[in-house]
Amino acid sequence: MTSKTLVDKIWDLHVVEPGASDLIYIDLHLLHEVSSPQAFAGLREAGRAVRRPALAVATSDHDVPTDGRELPPDAGAAEQLRVLAENCRDHDIELHPVGSPGQGIVHVIGPQMGLTRPGTTIVCGDSHTATHGAFGAIAFGIGTSEIEHVLATQTLRARRPQSMAVTVTGELPPGATAKDLALGILAAGGTDAGTGTLIEFRGPAVRALSMEGRMTLCNMAVEMGARSGLVAPDETTFAYLKDRPRAPRGELWDRAVAHWRTLDSDPDAVFDRELVFDAGALAPRVTWGTNPGQSVPVDGVVPDPAALAEPGERAAAERALTYMDLRPGTRMRDIGVDVVFIGSCTNSRIEDLRAAADVLRGRRVADGVRGLVVPGSMLVRRQAEQEGLDRVFTSAGFEWRMPGCSMCVGINGDTVAPGRRCASTSNRNFEGRQGAGARTHLVSPATAAATAVAGRFATPADL
Amino acid sequence: MEPLIRVTGRGVPLDRPNVDTDQIIPAAWLKNTTRTGYADGLFEQWRRDPGFVLNRPERAGAKILVSGPNFGCGSSREHAPWALHEWGFRAVIAPGFADIFRNNMPNAGLVPVWCEPAVAAALMAATTADPAAEIDVDVARRTVDCAAAGVRAAPFRLDDDARDRLVAGLTQLEVTLRAADRIAAYERARAPWLDVAV
Ligand code: SF4
Repeated sequence: MTSKTLVDKIWDLHVVEPGASDLIYIDLHLLHEVSSPQAFAGLREAGRAVRRPALAVATSDHDVPTDGRELPPDAGAAEQLRVLAENCRDHDIELHPVGSPGQGIVHVIGPQMGLTRPGTTIVCGDSHTATHGAFGAIAFGIGTSEIEHVLATQTLRARRPQSMAVTVTGELPPGATAKDLALGILAAGGTDAGTGTLIEFRGPAVRALSMEGRMTLCNMAVEMGARSGLVAPDETTFAYLKDRPRAPRGELWDRAVAHWRTLDSDPDAVFDRELVFDAGALAPRVTWGTNPGQSVPVDGVVPDPAALAEPGERAAAERALTYMDLRPGTRMRDIGVDVVFIGSCTNSRIEDLRAAADVLRGRRVADGVRGLVVPGSMLVRRQAEQEGLDRVFTSAGFEWRMPGCSMCVGINGDTVAPGRRCASTSNRNFEGRQGAGARTHLVSPATAAATAVAGRFATPADL
Repeated sequence: MEPLIRVTGRGVPLDRPNVDTDQIIPAAWLKNTTRTGYADGLFEQWRRDPGFVLNRPERAGAKILVSGPNFGCGSSREHAPWALHEWGFRAVIAPGFADIFRNNMPNAGLVPVWCEPAVAAALMAATTADPAAEIDVDVARRTVDCAAAGVRAAPFRLDDDARDRLVAGLTQLEVTLRAADRIAAYERARAPWLDVAV
């Protein structure tokens, strides 16, 4: 085999021991409080050490409070935060705890510190580790047993994933964002289009995305059933990483960039699966159902399940509409919302907040709508405050909160009440994801902001 | 880990596509710091409905869950397979699994039985019609049998590595620790700019 995909090139450089499943070396292990306690407990029970503590970085994000910084929301969260701190101390692992300037959602802090680098392997006990693929890294979520495995061995046993190319042609029209692109690809391909694969996003529309946009896109690769997604690194990637606190410096930087420039699929590389998506026709989208593949343009209507040919999909769509309390044919623009959540590892970076603030400047959220902005990290929060975005949000009637996963997963006390409807910039609209009985509609930050102002689904162009 | 060479038992039909990990175990249950204590959270929302299949007395004690495509999509929480295991399941049959979930299953003592859609449909129909129908999953040979469904030695997909570990009752970590020398050799040759510790 002479021509290789980007994934093959990175994978081959990480094989420690080949096999039906290869043993691959892990360059960066990210940890958080929810999925790691049992892994550390396993090590302790067996009397094992962490092999390379310096290759692990931890933060608290999933169940941290976002209103004030003092009190964890409940005893379980308090215990998890305590246990993480204890484990990191005992094993000499770098931790960015609540209250520290480096704290934030694990997938936001890795890139901003310059830890996330092209050509590396990155794992974390969280499926949205795919986010880091935006830098041309093989980055994927693992379970707790695998966390223990990586802690003990700095390796992972994994099948080489199949390859899938998602080529995005054309140019995103004004108003359409990386989030709309992710939702559009999901609607076209379905939630299992990428099963068994690692998706390489390519094509002119992907190249044109900022690093933030690429992170949003790769973040949602996992919603296509894929192990992860990635984008070949280029000048945009290098410019983002240059001079980040933990990025290589001096001669190491030059050597790194020289290597990074070799990281692209060969022109004649063959992919196991391919999907071509035309960005040119894309419009802002919103989900209507209970999986991220169920979306329509904001301009559209709630679809009729009867139109679906496949009986399983039809039944699922009917269930989804019952759960969401929606009727086929309803215009999305006529659906009112109770809550607007701007945050999560999909859309909580500075560019996302700027996009939302641009819409909100000089406007107010509609009566009866609760709006929350939860920046992805302390650094994003500080930068936003330097740019005055916090004042835009608060004068518009939004709550300006502290970093964490917050309403994306609803285990820190930030939840949507049963039966309430939320426009959310997060990644999953599963039943109960934002709280039991909560109804989630996934949107971009700009659409979320416009929706908050209108009180029902809207795009900035509607205001 | 207990070896899983064969799983023989009754099936529970959960005839839905895209059963996600938030349904299998809602996030509120992730507050535990243990590997056990999740059975009560299994399908917590759906179990509020008394008619839900897991609530039916004739389904008690079943060992095999039969479900639709893309089973286990969503988060990487291993709590989901832990909950299924603790409930008493040892295998899940589906015409497709989400990757991370499929990977987590053997580590939690569960066999992912990824079979052809036609086989999955036959098993779904048979277990729906007859709660007493027995299914036999041969892990070592990677085949599934069910007389009531007319399924005979139907092959299913399972990675060699996962199969070997299930059958031997070994954890991944126990296997890898044998390769410590190779890991050390790899580390010596690793490019310095890769090292976040530098
Ligand atoms: S923001 Fe949501 S998706 Fe991202 S890591 Fe947190 S819980 Fe997971």
